[in-house]
Amino acid sequence: MNSQRRRVLVAGVAAVAFAAVALAQPKERVIRVTARKWAFLPREIRLKKGVPVVLEFVTADVVMGFNAPDFKVRADIIPGQVARVRLVPDKTGTFVFLCDIFCGDGHEGMSGQIHVAA
Amino acid sequence: MQRSIDRREFLRLTGLGGVVFASGLAGGARLASAAQDDFYFVQLSDTHWGFNGPVVNPDAGGTLPKAVAAVNSLEFEPDFIVFTGDLTHTTDDPKERRRRLAEFRDIVKGLKNKNLRFMPGEHDAALDNGQAWKEFFGASYYSFDHKGVHFIAIDNVSDPAARIGEQQLAWLKSDLAKQAGDARIVVFAHRPLFDLYPQWDWATRDGAQAIDLLMPHKNVTVFYGHIHQEHHQMTGHIAHHSAKSLIFPLPAPGSQPKREPIRWDPSQPYRGLGFRGVDAEVQKAEYEITEYPVKRA
Repeated sequence: MNSQRRRVLVAGVAAVAFAAVALAQPKERVIRVTARKWAFLPREIRLKKGVPVVLEFVTADVVMGFNAPDFKVRADIIPGQVARVRLVPDKTGTFVFLCDIFCGDGHEGMSGQIHVAA
Repeated sequence: MQRSIDRREFLRLTGLGGVVFASGLAGGARLASAAQDDFYFVQLSDTHWGFNGPVVNPDAGGTLPKAVAAVNSLEFEPDFIVFTGDLTHTTDDPKERRRRLAEFRDIVKGLKNKNLRFMPGEHDAALDNGQAWKEFFGASYYSFDHKGVHFIAIDNVSDPAARIGEQQLAWLKSDLAKQAGDARIVVFAHRPLFDLYPQWDWATRDGAQAIDLLMPHKNVTVFYGHIHQEHHQMTGHIAHHSAKSLIFPLPAPGSQPKREPIRWDPSQPYRGLGFRGVDAEVQKAEYEITEYPVKRA
């Protein structure tokens, strides 16, 4: 077996091992949130402590922001793009998330809640 | 100096005396310049001209003119008057924004004192990066010296993401580099520079960088607006004092689930609204804050 064929074989084994690991991992839940003037839909997000989740954000009109200060995660939500935030809640309770990019008259009321259960 | 002493004596005699806040580390080197003199200025904030919400302020069109009249009726004329942002209430319409800014400017022309300093709030400036505001009031951040105090106005609102930004932070660093370590420094801002309550957007994204730049200076005091209530907090030796609004009060940070304006109480009209006088005792780096109601008796 020449060295080039050996490298290909090693790479193939590595790829199969990586795929097996990936299949063994539970797929993370994805929650899609739409931001528009001046609300998040959904406004309420229910999570479980310690269970990872991916929040996907799109905006229906202007640039918005997502900020959950209690979990120190935030994202810019740009029109035409999907913003993703991975969150692993480390505490239970109800926590505020809000738009942190000023977007007009109703901006100050543009918020929602994350409920984290045990 | 005589005028300021007279004013302080007047405040004490009339029971109007305010609360004295010492700037963090004052009391060090004595200032030598003969130009240093005690004085006082007036801070007005969050007038939100153009706001329409009878439930929280049925006299939205009359509150600012009443405040102008109240300032004009002060027994002693301030050295200057500063407006710390949200002069107007936001609108998506650029023409309407300019109309409100023009009306605001015309109303405050009624102030007897013509030494006026303006700053933008996010309602004035965030939707067009301060373009319209600058047409009326000029630079959105600047510094000036007055009787031994170095004043710095920081714009943390023209970026809708509430960032001061690298360019302005570089300017701030350069401006502060010219000041002695024990210089008397007063900062004006609209939003709090520290994380007061980010859950209600009461913060500045890169405010910590501004505070880091200010921290080496011993005598720094910040006056700001945005939260529509009086609030006093220290970050290290730097004192931060927020002002009342002239349109509607907001609840104490985190005191209720939502940041909603406090409703108008017909039995106590204009409750929670007002402006303040700040007496600067330069040598001691002390600031005596006196709160005034919208309508003076």
